[in-house]
Amino acid sequence: MSDMAAEPTAATAELPRAKTDWLPLLLVPALALLALPFVGSPSTWVTLTVAGLAMGMMIFLMASGLTLVFGLMDIINFGHGVFISLGAYATLLVLGPLAGWALSDSIGLNLALLGLCILVAMGVTALAGAVFERVIVRPVYGSHLKQILVTMGGLIVTEQLIHAIWGASPIPIPLPQSLRGAFVFGDIVMERYRVVAVVIGLAVFLGMELLLNRTRIGLLIRAGVENPEMVEALGYRIRRLFVSVFIAGSALAGLGGVMWAFYRQTLTAGMGMEVMVLVFIVIIIGGLGSITGCFVGSLLVALVANYVGFIEPKLALISNILVMALVLIWRPQGLFPVARR
Amino acid sequence: MTEPLLQLSGVHTHIGPYHILHGVDFSVPAGELTMLLGRNGAGKTTTLRTIMGLWQASSGRIRFDGSDITERSTPDIARAGIAYVPESMGIFTDLTVRENIVLAARSGPVDKNRLDWILGLFPALKRFWNLPAGNLSGGQKQMLAIARAIAEPRRLLLIDEPTKGLAPVMVRSMIEAFKSLKAAGETILLVEQNFYAASALGDSVVVMDDGRIVHSGPMSELVADQALQQRLLGLSLDAHQ
Repeated sequence: MSDMAAEPTAATAELPRAKTDWLPLLLVPALALLALPFVGSPSTWVTLTVAGLAMGMMIFLMASGLTLVFGLMDIINFGHGVFISLGAYATLLVLGPLAGWALSDSIGLNLALLGLCILVAMGVTALAGAVFERVIVRPVYGSHLKQILVTMGGLIVTEQLIHAIWGASPIPIPLPQSLRGAFVFGDIVMERYRVVAVVIGLAVFLGMELLLNRTRIGLLIRAGVENPEMVEALGYRIRRLFVSVFIAGSALAGLGGVMWAFYRQTLTAGMGMEVMVLVFIVIIIGGLGSITGCFVGSLLVALVANYVGFIEPKLALISNILVMALVLIWRPQGLFPVARR
Repeated sequence: MTEPLLQLSGVHTHIGPYHILHGVDFSVPAGELTMLLGRNGAGKTTTLRTIMGLWQASSGRIRFDGSDITERSTPDIARAGIAYVPESMGIFTDLTVRENIVLAARSGPVDKNRLDWILGLFPALKRFWNLPAGNLSGGQKQMLAIARAIAEPRRLLLIDEPTKGLAPVMVRSMIEAFKSLKAAGETILLVEQNFYAASALGDSVVVMDDGRIVHSGPMSELVADQALQQRLLGLSLDAHQ
Protein backbone atom coordinates (compact mmCIF):
# COMPACT_ATOMS: atom_id res chain seq x y z
CA MET A 1 0.00 0.00 0.00
CA SER A 2 2.80 2.34 -0.88
CA ASP A 3 0.37 4.71 -2.53
CA MET A 4 -1.42 5.00 0.79
CA ALA A 5 1.64 5.85 2.82
CA ALA A 6 0.98 9.54 3.21
CA GLU A 7 2.20 10.79 6.56
CA PRO A 8 2.47 14.31 7.84
CA THR A 9 6.12 15.25 8.00
CA ALA A 10 5.99 17.07 11.31
CA ALA A 11 5.69 15.47 14.73
CA THR A 12 4.79 12.06 13.39
CA ALA A 13 6.69 10.20 16.07
CA GLU A 14 4.01 10.73 18.68
CA LEU A 15 1.02 9.92 16.53
CA PRO A 16 -1.30 7.54 18.38
CA ARG A 17 -2.16 4.13 16.96
CA ALA A 18 -5.66 2.80 16.55
CA LYS A 19 -6.97 0.73 19.44
CA THR A 20 -7.99 -2.84 18.70
CA ASP A 21 -11.17 -4.21 20.20
CA TRP A 22 -9.62 -7.28 21.80
CA LEU A 23 -12.57 -8.44 23.86
CA PRO A 24 -14.46 -10.31 21.10
CA LEU A 25 -11.16 -11.70 19.81
CA LEU A 26 -10.50 -13.22 23.23
CA LEU A 27 -13.84 -15.03 23.20
CA VAL A 28 -12.53 -17.96 21.16
CA PRO A 29 -9.50 -18.82 23.35
CA ALA A 30 -11.56 -18.10 26.47
CA LEU A 31 -14.26 -20.48 25.30
CA ALA A 32 -11.71 -23.16 24.50
CA LEU A 33 -10.08 -22.87 27.92
CA LEU A 34 -13.45 -22.83 29.63
CA ALA A 35 -14.42 -26.06 27.88
CA LEU A 36 -11.26 -27.91 28.98
CA PRO A 37 -12.38 -28.88 32.51
CA PHE A 38 -15.82 -29.92 31.26
CA VAL A 39 -14.37 -32.13 28.51
CA GLY A 40 -11.96 -33.70 30.99
CA SER A 41 -9.39 -35.43 28.80
CA PRO A 42 -6.86 -33.01 27.25
CA SER A 43 -6.40 -35.21 24.18
CA THR A 44 -10.15 -35.31 23.56
CA TRP A 45 -10.22 -31.56 24.09
CA VAL A 46 -7.53 -31.03 21.43
CA THR A 47 -9.37 -33.30 18.99
CA LEU A 48 -12.66 -31.48 19.60
CA THR A 49 -10.97 -28.09 19.30
CA VAL A 50 -9.23 -28.86 16.01
CA ALA A 51 -12.45 -30.33 14.62
CA GLY A 52 -14.35 -27.25 15.75
CA LEU A 53 -11.77 -24.92 14.26
CA ALA A 54 -11.94 -26.79 10.94
CA MET A 55 -15.72 -26.63 10.89
CA GLY A 56 -15.52 -22.94 11.82
CA MET A 57 -13.14 -22.25 8.95
CA MET A 58 -15.47 -23.95 6.49
CA ILE A 59 -18.41 -21.95 7.78
CA PHE A 60 -16.28 -18.81 7.50
CA LEU A 61 -15.40 -19.59 3.88
CA MET A 62 -19.07 -20.03 3.06
CA ALA A 63 -20.23 -16.96 5.00
CA SER A 64 -17.52 -14.36 4.34
CA GLY A 65 -18.83 -13.44 0.90
CA LEU A 66 -22.35 -13.02 2.18
CA THR A 67 -21.39 -10.66 4.99
CA LEU A 68 -19.58 -8.40 2.51
CA VAL A 69 -22.52 -8.44 0.11
CA PHE A 70 -24.89 -7.75 2.97
CA GLY A 71 -22.72 -4.99 4.41
CA LEU A 72 -21.74 -3.24 1.21
CA MET A 73 -24.77 -3.69 -0.98
CA ASP A 74 -27.49 -3.98 1.67
CA ILE A 75 -28.66 -7.04 -0.23
CA ILE A 76 -30.32 -9.90 1.63
CA ASN A 77 -29.25 -12.76 -0.60
CA PHE A 78 -31.11 -15.90 0.38
CA GLY A 79 -29.71 -17.44 -2.77
CA HIS A 80 -26.15 -17.43 -1.44
CA GLY A 81 -26.44 -21.14 -0.61
CA VAL A 82 -26.70 -22.02 -4.26
CA PHE A 83 -23.14 -20.83 -4.86
CA ILE A 84 -22.02 -23.25 -2.15
CA SER A 85 -23.82 -26.08 -3.95
CA LEU A 86 -22.55 -24.96 -7.36
CA GLY A 87 -18.99 -24.79 -6.03
CA ALA A 88 -19.36 -28.28 -4.64
CA TYR A 89 -20.71 -29.67 -7.93
CA ALA A 90 -17.99 -27.87 -9.88
CA THR A 91 -15.53 -30.32 -8.30
CA LEU A 92 -17.01 -32.93 -10.64
CA LEU A 93 -15.62 -30.98 -13.60
CA VAL A 94 -12.14 -31.68 -12.21
CA LEU A 95 -12.73 -35.06 -10.55
CA GLY A 96 -14.16 -36.47 -13.79
CA PRO A 97 -11.03 -36.18 -15.95
CA LEU A 98 -8.54 -36.31 -13.05
CA ALA A 99 -10.04 -39.06 -10.89
CA GLY A 100 -6.66 -40.82 -10.83
CA TRP A 101 -5.09 -37.91 -8.96
CA ALA A 102 -7.44 -38.48 -6.03
CA LEU A 103 -6.40 -42.11 -5.75
CA SER A 104 -2.69 -41.40 -6.15
CA ASP A 105 -0.43 -41.68 -3.10
CA SER A 106 1.39 -38.51 -4.17
CA ILE A 107 0.58 -35.68 -1.78
CA GLY A 108 1.59 -33.22 -4.51
CA LEU A 109 -1.00 -34.62 -6.93
CA ASN A 110 -3.63 -34.72 -4.19
CA LEU A 111 -3.08 -31.11 -3.21
CA ALA A 112 -2.93 -30.06 -6.87
CA LEU A 113 -6.28 -31.75 -7.36
CA LEU A 114 -7.74 -29.87 -4.40
CA GLY A 115 -6.25 -26.62 -5.72
CA LEU A 116 -7.68 -27.23 -9.19
CA CYS A 117 -11.10 -28.02 -7.74
CA ILE A 118 -10.98 -24.77 -5.79
CA LEU A 119 -9.91 -22.73 -8.84
CA VAL A 120 -12.57 -24.21 -11.11
CA ALA A 121 -15.27 -23.89 -8.45
CA MET A 122 -14.38 -20.26 -7.81
CA GLY A 123 -14.42 -19.57 -11.55
CA VAL A 124 -17.80 -21.23 -12.03
CA THR A 125 -19.39 -19.52 -9.03
CA ALA A 126 -17.89 -16.14 -9.95
CA LEU A 127 -19.51 -16.45 -13.36
CA ALA A 128 -22.77 -17.61 -11.81
CA GLY A 129 -22.55 -14.70 -9.35
CA ALA A 130 -22.18 -12.20 -12.19
CA VAL A 131 -25.28 -13.60 -13.92
CA PHE A 132 -27.22 -13.83 -10.62
CA GLU A 133 -26.42 -10.19 -9.79
CA ARG A 134 -27.37 -8.93 -13.22
CA VAL A 135 -30.55 -10.94 -13.70
CA ILE A 136 -31.93 -11.46 -10.21
CA VAL A 137 -30.44 -8.97 -7.75
CA ARG A 138 -30.02 -5.75 -9.72
CA PRO A 139 -33.74 -5.21 -10.40
CA VAL A 140 -34.50 -5.32 -6.66
CA TYR A 141 -31.84 -3.05 -5.15
CA GLY A 142 -33.39 -1.15 -2.25
CA SER A 143 -36.28 -3.53 -1.53
CA HIS A 144 -35.51 -6.16 1.10
CA LEU A 145 -38.79 -8.01 0.76
CA LYS A 146 -38.36 -8.40 -3.00
CA GLN A 147 -34.74 -9.41 -2.47
CA ILE A 148 -35.75 -12.23 -0.14
CA LEU A 149 -38.40 -13.45 -2.57
CA VAL A 150 -36.42 -13.28 -5.80
CA THR A 151 -33.15 -14.60 -4.39
CA MET A 152 -35.06 -17.49 -2.84
CA GLY A 153 -36.62 -18.04 -6.24
CA GLY A 154 -33.18 -17.90 -7.86
CA LEU A 155 -31.98 -20.50 -5.39
CA ILE A 156 -34.83 -22.89 -6.23
CA VAL A 157 -34.34 -22.44 -9.98
CA THR A 158 -30.57 -23.01 -9.74
CA GLU A 159 -31.02 -26.08 -7.53
CA GLN A 160 -33.36 -27.51 -10.16
CA LEU A 161 -30.76 -26.69 -12.82
CA ILE A 162 -28.23 -28.69 -10.81
CA HIS A 163 -30.71 -31.58 -10.73
CA ALA A 164 -31.20 -31.27 -14.48
CA ILE A 165 -27.46 -31.31 -15.19
CA TRP A 166 -26.12 -33.77 -12.61
CA GLY A 167 -29.26 -35.65 -11.57
CA ALA A 168 -31.24 -35.62 -8.34
CA SER A 169 -29.41 -38.45 -6.60
CA PRO A 170 -26.61 -37.71 -4.14
CA ILE A 171 -23.19 -38.08 -5.76
CA PRO A 172 -20.31 -39.51 -3.73
CA ILE A 173 -16.91 -37.89 -4.24
CA PRO A 174 -13.56 -39.29 -3.10
CA LEU A 175 -11.39 -37.41 -0.66
CA PRO A 176 -7.84 -37.33 -2.11
CA GLN A 177 -5.78 -40.19 -0.70
CA SER A 178 -3.30 -38.14 1.33
CA LEU A 179 -6.06 -36.14 2.97
CA ARG A 180 -7.74 -39.22 4.38
CA GLY A 181 -6.93 -40.53 7.84
CA ALA A 182 -5.54 -38.57 10.74
CA PHE A 183 -2.40 -37.27 12.32
CA VAL A 184 -1.91 -39.03 15.63
CA PHE A 185 0.24 -37.53 18.40
CA GLY A 186 -0.03 -39.81 21.41
CA ASP A 187 -3.70 -39.73 22.38
CA ILE A 188 -4.42 -36.75 20.17
CA VAL A 189 -6.10 -37.46 16.85
CA MET A 190 -6.45 -34.76 14.20
CA GLU A 191 -8.09 -35.56 10.89
CA ARG A 192 -5.79 -34.50 8.06
CA TYR A 193 -8.53 -32.89 6.01
CA ARG A 194 -9.59 -30.78 8.97
CA VAL A 195 -6.04 -29.51 9.38
CA VAL A 196 -6.01 -28.59 5.67
CA ALA A 197 -9.35 -26.81 6.14
CA VAL A 198 -7.89 -24.80 9.04
CA VAL A 199 -4.87 -23.81 6.94
CA ILE A 200 -6.98 -22.76 3.93
CA GLY A 201 -9.49 -20.90 6.11
CA LEU A 202 -6.72 -19.04 7.91
CA ALA A 203 -5.03 -18.17 4.62
CA VAL A 204 -8.28 -16.79 3.18
CA PHE A 205 -9.00 -14.83 6.34
CA LEU A 206 -5.53 -13.28 6.42
CA GLY A 207 -5.74 -12.54 2.70
CA MET A 208 -9.06 -10.79 3.13
CA GLU A 209 -7.81 -8.84 6.14
CA LEU A 210 -4.80 -7.69 4.12
CA LEU A 211 -6.99 -6.77 1.17
CA LEU A 212 -9.47 -4.85 3.30
CA ASN A 213 -6.94 -3.04 5.47
CA ARG A 214 -3.89 -2.58 3.28
CA THR A 215 -5.20 -1.81 -0.18
CA ARG A 216 -7.18 0.99 -1.75
CA ILE A 217 -9.85 -1.43 -2.98
CA GLY A 218 -10.20 -2.65 0.60
CA LEU A 219 -10.58 0.91 1.85
CA LEU A 220 -13.26 1.47 -0.77
CA ILE A 221 -15.15 -1.62 0.31
CA ARG A 222 -14.99 -0.60 3.96
CA ALA A 223 -16.03 2.94 3.14
CA GLY A 224 -18.79 1.67 0.83
CA VAL A 225 -20.23 -0.50 3.60
CA GLU A 226 -20.58 2.63 5.72
CA ASN A 227 -21.62 5.30 3.22
CA PRO A 228 -21.87 4.35 -0.46
CA GLU A 229 -23.20 7.77 -1.46
CA MET A 230 -20.13 9.51 -0.10
CA VAL A 231 -17.87 7.04 -1.91
CA GLU A 232 -19.58 8.10 -5.15
CA ALA A 233 -19.20 11.76 -4.23
CA LEU A 234 -15.46 11.14 -3.92
CA GLY A 235 -15.46 10.05 -7.56
CA TYR A 236 -15.57 6.26 -7.28
CA ARG A 237 -18.10 4.20 -9.23
CA ILE A 238 -19.70 2.25 -6.42
CA ARG A 239 -21.86 0.15 -8.77
CA ARG A 240 -18.76 -1.52 -10.22
CA LEU A 241 -17.51 -2.14 -6.70
CA PHE A 242 -20.90 -3.67 -5.79
CA VAL A 243 -20.76 -6.07 -8.72
CA SER A 244 -17.12 -6.98 -8.03
CA VAL A 245 -17.87 -7.72 -4.40
CA PHE A 246 -20.91 -9.79 -5.31
CA ILE A 247 -18.82 -11.83 -7.74
CA ALA A 248 -16.00 -12.22 -5.19
CA GLY A 249 -18.54 -13.21 -2.52
CA SER A 250 -20.00 -15.85 -4.83
CA ALA A 251 -16.51 -17.18 -5.60
CA LEU A 252 -15.74 -17.43 -1.87
CA ALA A 253 -18.96 -19.37 -1.38
CA GLY A 254 -17.77 -21.65 -4.18
CA LEU A 255 -14.50 -22.19 -2.32
CA GLY A 256 -16.46 -22.97 0.83
CA GLY A 257 -18.59 -25.36 -1.22
CA VAL A 258 -15.53 -27.33 -2.34
CA MET A 259 -14.25 -27.66 1.22
CA TRP A 260 -17.71 -28.61 2.47
CA ALA A 261 -18.13 -31.15 -0.36
CA PHE A 262 -14.88 -32.96 0.42
CA TYR A 263 -15.76 -32.90 4.11
CA ARG A 264 -19.14 -34.57 3.47
CA GLN A 265 -17.84 -36.62 0.52
CA THR A 266 -21.32 -36.46 -0.93
CA LEU A 267 -22.93 -33.89 -3.21
CA THR A 268 -26.56 -32.85 -3.02
CA ALA A 269 -28.16 -29.83 -4.65
CA GLY A 270 -29.55 -28.69 -1.30
CA MET A 271 -26.22 -28.86 0.59
CA GLY A 272 -25.75 -25.10 0.34
CA MET A 273 -29.22 -24.30 1.56
CA GLU A 274 -28.74 -26.66 4.50
CA VAL A 275 -25.91 -24.59 5.95
CA MET A 276 -27.52 -21.20 5.33
CA VAL A 277 -29.07 -20.99 8.79
CA LEU A 278 -25.59 -21.40 10.25
CA VAL A 279 -24.21 -18.87 7.77
CA PHE A 280 -26.81 -16.27 8.72
CA ILE A 281 -26.16 -16.89 12.42
CA VAL A 282 -22.43 -16.24 12.09
CA ILE A 283 -22.79 -13.06 10.04
CA ILE A 284 -25.31 -11.71 12.54
CA ILE A 285 -23.07 -12.66 15.48
CA GLY A 286 -20.05 -11.10 13.77
CA GLY A 287 -21.74 -7.85 12.77
CA LEU A 288 -23.07 -7.39 9.25
CA GLY A 289 -20.28 -6.47 6.87
CA SER A 290 -17.42 -7.40 9.21
CA ILE A 291 -14.97 -10.04 7.98
CA THR A 292 -13.25 -10.25 11.37
CA GLY A 293 -16.65 -10.63 13.01
CA CYS A 294 -17.62 -13.35 10.55
CA PHE A 295 -14.37 -15.17 11.29
CA VAL A 296 -14.74 -15.00 15.08
CA GLY A 297 -18.46 -15.81 14.85
CA SER A 298 -17.78 -18.90 12.73
CA LEU A 299 -15.17 -20.24 15.14
CA LEU A 300 -17.38 -19.49 18.11
CA VAL A 301 -20.42 -21.26 16.71
CA ALA A 302 -18.48 -24.30 15.54
CA LEU A 303 -16.50 -24.71 18.77
CA VAL A 304 -19.60 -24.33 20.93
CA ALA A 305 -21.42 -26.92 18.80
CA ASN A 306 -18.53 -29.36 19.20
CA TYR A 307 -18.01 -28.87 22.92
CA VAL A 308 -21.72 -28.91 23.75
CA GLY A 309 -22.25 -31.91 21.47
CA PHE A 310 -19.65 -33.79 23.51
CA ILE A 311 -20.55 -32.56 26.99
CA GLU A 312 -24.34 -32.43 26.73
CA PRO A 313 -25.52 -33.80 23.36
CA LYS A 314 -29.16 -32.89 24.01
CA LEU A 315 -28.25 -29.20 24.03
CA ALA A 316 -26.27 -29.33 20.78
CA LEU A 317 -29.30 -28.51 18.63
CA ILE A 318 -29.94 -25.20 20.35
CA SER A 319 -26.34 -24.24 21.04
CA ASN A 320 -26.05 -21.99 17.94
CA ILE A 321 -29.18 -20.05 18.75
CA LEU A 322 -28.03 -19.76 22.35
CA VAL A 323 -24.67 -18.33 21.29
CA MET A 324 -26.38 -15.84 19.00
CA ALA A 325 -28.79 -14.75 21.72
CA LEU A 326 -25.99 -14.26 24.26
CA VAL A 327 -23.81 -12.32 21.83
CA LEU A 328 -26.68 -10.07 20.76
CA ILE A 329 -27.61 -9.37 24.40
CA TRP A 330 -24.00 -8.33 24.97
CA ARG A 331 -23.52 -6.53 21.64
CA PRO A 332 -26.80 -5.97 19.79
CA GLN A 333 -24.99 -4.97 16.56
CA GLY A 334 -22.76 -8.04 16.64
CA LEU A 335 -19.19 -8.58 17.85
CA PHE A 336 -17.66 -6.11 15.42
CA PRO A 337 -20.40 -3.67 14.49
CA VAL A 338 -19.77 -1.84 11.25
CA ALA A 339 -20.87 1.79 11.27
CA ARG A 340 -23.60 2.29 8.71
CA ARG A 341 -25.10 5.15 6.78
CA MET B 1 -16.99 38.49 -20.16
CA THR B 2 -15.55 35.15 -18.92
CA GLU B 3 -17.94 32.31 -18.24
CA PRO B 4 -18.44 31.53 -14.53
CA LEU B 5 -16.99 28.26 -13.26
CA LEU B 6 -20.45 26.97 -12.31
CA GLN B 7 -23.73 28.08 -13.85
CA LEU B 8 -27.21 26.88 -12.94
CA SER B 9 -30.00 27.84 -15.37
CA GLY B 10 -33.65 27.21 -14.61
CA VAL B 11 -32.95 24.13 -12.48
CA HIS B 12 -35.98 22.27 -11.16
CA THR B 13 -35.64 19.29 -8.82
CA HIS B 14 -38.34 16.90 -7.68
CA ILE B 15 -37.87 14.45 -4.84
CA GLY B 16 -40.63 11.90 -5.13
CA PRO B 17 -43.86 13.86 -5.38
CA TYR B 18 -42.31 17.03 -3.97
CA HIS B 19 -41.20 19.91 -6.18
CA ILE B 20 -38.22 21.32 -4.28
CA LEU B 21 -36.30 23.60 -6.64
CA HIS B 22 -38.32 25.95 -8.84
CA GLY B 23 -36.09 27.23 -11.61
CA VAL B 24 -32.88 28.03 -9.76
CA ASP B 25 -30.50 30.39 -11.60
CA PHE B 26 -27.15 31.50 -10.26
CA SER B 27 -23.49 31.34 -11.03
CA VAL B 28 -20.24 30.84 -9.12
CA PRO B 29 -17.26 32.80 -10.46
CA ALA B 30 -13.85 31.13 -10.39
CA GLY B 31 -11.59 32.01 -7.47
CA GLU B 32 -14.39 33.41 -5.33
CA LEU B 33 -16.28 32.28 -2.27
CA THR B 34 -20.00 32.37 -2.96
CA MET B 35 -22.36 32.06 -0.01
CA LEU B 36 -25.68 30.28 -0.45
CA LEU B 37 -28.00 31.48 2.29
CA GLY B 38 -31.61 30.90 3.20
CA ARG B 39 -33.93 29.68 5.89
CA ASN B 40 -34.33 26.00 6.77
CA GLY B 41 -36.09 24.22 3.94
CA ALA B 42 -35.24 26.91 1.40
CA GLY B 43 -33.61 24.35 -0.92
CA LYS B 44 -29.91 24.98 -0.27
CA THR B 45 -28.95 21.37 0.40
CA THR B 46 -31.10 20.20 -2.50
CA THR B 47 -29.23 22.64 -4.73
CA LEU B 48 -25.85 21.22 -3.73
CA ARG B 49 -27.06 17.64 -4.09
CA THR B 50 -28.49 18.44 -7.51
CA ILE B 51 -25.19 19.94 -8.63
CA MET B 52 -23.43 16.77 -7.45
CA GLY B 53 -25.91 14.56 -9.29
CA LEU B 54 -27.04 12.91 -6.06
CA TRP B 55 -30.54 14.06 -6.97
CA GLN B 56 -31.27 14.49 -10.63
CA ALA B 57 -32.50 17.85 -11.94
CA SER B 58 -35.89 17.33 -13.59
CA SER B 59 -35.26 20.27 -15.93
CA GLY B 60 -32.82 23.11 -16.46
CA ARG B 61 -29.08 23.00 -17.11
CA ILE B 62 -26.00 22.90 -14.91
CA ARG B 63 -22.75 23.89 -16.61
CA PHE B 64 -19.36 23.43 -14.97
CA ASP B 65 -16.18 24.72 -16.51
CA GLY B 66 -17.87 25.04 -19.90
CA SER B 67 -19.40 21.53 -19.91
CA ASP B 68 -22.97 20.45 -19.29
CA ILE B 69 -22.97 18.18 -16.21
CA THR B 70 -26.73 18.06 -15.67
CA GLU B 71 -27.13 14.40 -16.52
CA ARG B 72 -23.71 13.14 -15.52
CA SER B 73 -23.33 10.60 -12.73
CA THR B 74 -22.03 11.65 -9.31
CA PRO B 75 -18.60 9.99 -9.78
CA ASP B 76 -18.21 11.73 -13.15
CA ILE B 77 -19.09 15.08 -11.62
CA ALA B 78 -16.58 14.49 -8.82
CA ARG B 79 -13.95 13.51 -11.39
CA ALA B 80 -14.65 16.73 -13.26
CA GLY B 81 -13.20 18.50 -10.23
CA ILE B 82 -16.04 19.18 -7.80
CA ALA B 83 -15.60 18.17 -4.17
CA TYR B 84 -18.60 17.89 -1.88
CA VAL B 85 -18.85 18.14 1.89
CA PRO B 86 -22.39 17.19 2.91
CA GLU B 87 -24.17 18.56 5.94
CA SER B 88 -23.77 15.16 7.61
CA MET B 89 -20.04 15.43 6.77
CA GLY B 90 -19.98 11.92 5.27
CA ILE B 91 -17.00 10.83 7.33
CA PHE B 92 -16.16 7.13 7.21
CA THR B 93 -16.09 6.55 10.94
CA ASP B 94 -14.62 3.04 10.76
CA LEU B 95 -11.67 4.30 8.74
CA THR B 96 -8.83 6.21 10.34
CA VAL B 97 -8.32 9.91 9.70
CA ARG B 98 -5.44 8.96 7.45
CA GLU B 99 -7.51 6.44 5.49
CA ASN B 100 -10.28 8.99 5.00
CA ILE B 101 -7.80 11.37 3.40
CA VAL B 102 -6.00 8.67 1.42
CA LEU B 103 -9.32 7.58 -0.09
CA ALA B 104 -10.09 11.11 -1.22
CA ALA B 105 -6.83 11.30 -3.18
CA ARG B 106 -7.99 9.35 -6.22
CA SER B 107 -4.91 9.87 -8.33
CA GLY B 108 -2.44 8.32 -5.91
CA PRO B 109 -0.44 9.24 -2.83
CA VAL B 110 -1.33 12.47 -1.09
CA ASP B 111 1.30 15.06 -1.91
CA LYS B 112 3.47 15.64 1.18
CA ASN B 113 3.50 19.41 0.83
CA ARG B 114 -0.23 19.52 0.32
CA LEU B 115 -0.75 17.26 3.33
CA ASP B 116 1.37 19.52 5.48
CA TRP B 117 -0.62 22.51 4.22
CA ILE B 118 -3.91 20.74 5.07
CA LEU B 119 -2.68 19.75 8.52
CA GLY B 120 -1.52 23.30 8.99
CA LEU B 121 -5.10 24.40 8.38
CA PHE B 122 -6.50 21.74 10.70
CA PRO B 123 -3.73 20.84 13.18
CA ALA B 124 -6.12 18.87 15.42
CA LEU B 125 -6.28 16.14 12.78
CA LYS B 126 -2.62 15.33 13.26
CA ARG B 127 -3.25 14.08 16.78
CA PHE B 128 -5.86 11.61 15.56
CA TRP B 129 -4.05 10.61 12.37
CA ASN B 130 -4.13 6.86 12.96
CA LEU B 131 -7.32 6.68 15.00
CA PRO B 132 -10.78 5.81 13.66
CA ALA B 133 -12.53 8.97 12.54
CA GLY B 134 -15.49 7.96 14.68
CA ASN B 135 -13.42 9.04 17.69
CA LEU B 136 -13.36 12.67 16.55
CA SER B 137 -15.56 15.40 17.98
CA GLY B 138 -18.14 17.12 15.75
CA GLY B 139 -15.81 20.00 14.95
CA GLN B 140 -12.90 17.69 14.21
CA LYS B 141 -15.09 15.60 11.93
CA GLN B 142 -16.01 18.78 10.06
CA MET B 143 -12.32 19.60 9.74
CA LEU B 144 -11.67 16.12 8.39
CA ALA B 145 -14.55 16.43 5.93
CA ILE B 146 -13.06 19.64 4.52
CA ALA B 147 -9.52 18.25 4.63
CA ARG B 148 -10.76 15.29 2.61
CA ALA B 149 -12.36 17.60 0.06
CA ILE B 150 -9.05 19.35 -0.53
CA ALA B 151 -6.81 16.26 -0.33
CA GLU B 152 -6.17 16.87 -4.01
CA PRO B 153 -6.57 20.12 -5.92
CA ARG B 154 -10.20 20.54 -6.99
CA ARG B 155 -11.81 23.15 -9.20
CA LEU B 156 -14.81 23.76 -6.94
CA LEU B 157 -15.71 22.95 -3.33
CA LEU B 158 -19.37 22.55 -2.37
CA ILE B 159 -19.67 22.74 1.40
CA ASP B 160 -22.94 22.38 3.29
CA GLU B 161 -23.26 24.17 6.64
CA PRO B 162 -19.77 23.57 8.02
CA THR B 163 -20.36 25.57 11.22
CA LYS B 164 -23.65 23.92 12.13
CA GLY B 165 -23.67 22.83 15.75
CA LEU B 166 -20.09 23.90 16.40
CA ALA B 167 -18.89 25.77 19.48
CA PRO B 168 -18.01 29.46 18.86
CA VAL B 169 -14.29 28.78 19.17
CA MET B 170 -14.57 26.07 16.54
CA VAL B 171 -16.60 28.38 14.29
CA ARG B 172 -13.81 30.96 14.50
CA SER B 173 -11.14 28.44 13.59
CA MET B 174 -13.31 27.22 10.71
CA ILE B 175 -13.64 30.79 9.45
CA GLU B 176 -9.84 31.17 9.58
CA ALA B 177 -9.46 27.94 7.63
CA PHE B 178 -11.85 29.18 4.93
CA LYS B 179 -9.96 32.46 4.74
CA SER B 180 -6.80 30.47 4.08
CA LEU B 181 -8.57 28.43 1.41
CA LYS B 182 -9.77 31.66 -0.22
CA ALA B 183 -6.26 33.05 -0.11
CA ALA B 184 -5.07 29.88 -1.82
CA GLY B 185 -7.42 30.67 -4.71
CA GLU B 186 -10.01 27.93 -4.11
CA THR B 187 -13.46 28.41 -5.61
CA ILE B 188 -16.08 27.64 -2.99
CA LEU B 189 -19.86 27.49 -2.87
CA LEU B 190 -20.69 27.53 0.82
CA VAL B 191 -24.10 26.92 2.33
CA GLU B 192 -24.31 28.65 5.69
CA GLN B 193 -26.92 29.60 8.27
CA ASN B 194 -24.48 31.50 10.44
CA PHE B 195 -24.65 35.02 9.04
CA TYR B 196 -21.62 36.13 11.04
CA ALA B 197 -19.53 33.46 9.32
CA ALA B 198 -21.14 34.20 5.95
CA SER B 199 -20.47 37.91 6.16
CA ALA B 200 -16.86 37.33 7.18
CA LEU B 201 -16.16 35.04 4.24
CA GLY B 202 -18.41 35.68 1.28
CA ASP B 203 -17.37 37.54 -1.86
CA SER B 204 -20.83 37.17 -3.26
CA VAL B 205 -24.11 35.86 -1.93
CA VAL B 206 -27.11 33.99 -3.26
CA VAL B 207 -30.21 33.86 -1.09
CA MET B 208 -32.87 31.18 -1.55
CA ASP B 209 -36.40 30.91 -0.31
CA ASP B 210 -38.95 28.23 -1.07
CA GLY B 211 -36.78 26.67 -3.76
CA ARG B 212 -36.20 29.94 -5.62
CA ILE B 213 -33.39 32.48 -5.80
CA VAL B 214 -34.66 35.65 -4.18
CA HIS B 215 -31.44 37.65 -4.17
CA SER B 216 -27.93 37.56 -5.55
CA GLY B 217 -25.14 40.10 -5.45
CA PRO B 218 -21.99 41.11 -3.60
CA MET B 219 -21.82 40.05 0.04
CA SER B 220 -20.78 43.55 1.06
CA GLU B 221 -24.08 44.89 -0.27
CA LEU B 222 -26.13 42.53 1.90
CA VAL B 223 -23.92 43.19 4.94
CA ALA B 224 -24.42 46.91 4.56
CA ASP B 225 -28.19 46.74 4.14
CA GLN B 226 -29.89 45.60 7.34
CA ALA B 227 -33.34 46.11 5.87
CA LEU B 228 -32.45 43.72 3.07
CA GLN B 229 -31.18 41.20 5.61
CA GLN B 230 -34.43 41.48 7.52
CA ARG B 231 -36.47 41.02 4.38
CA LEU B 232 -34.45 38.10 2.99
CA LEU B 233 -33.34 36.26 6.07
CA GLY B 234 -35.38 37.69 8.92
CA LEU B 235 -32.29 38.71 10.86
CA SER B 236 -29.86 41.48 11.47
CA LEU B 237 -26.12 41.15 11.43
CA ASP B 238 -25.90 42.81 14.84
CA ALA B 239 -27.85 39.97 16.39
CA HIS B 240 -25.27 37.48 15.17
CA GLN B 241 -22.10 39.23 16.24
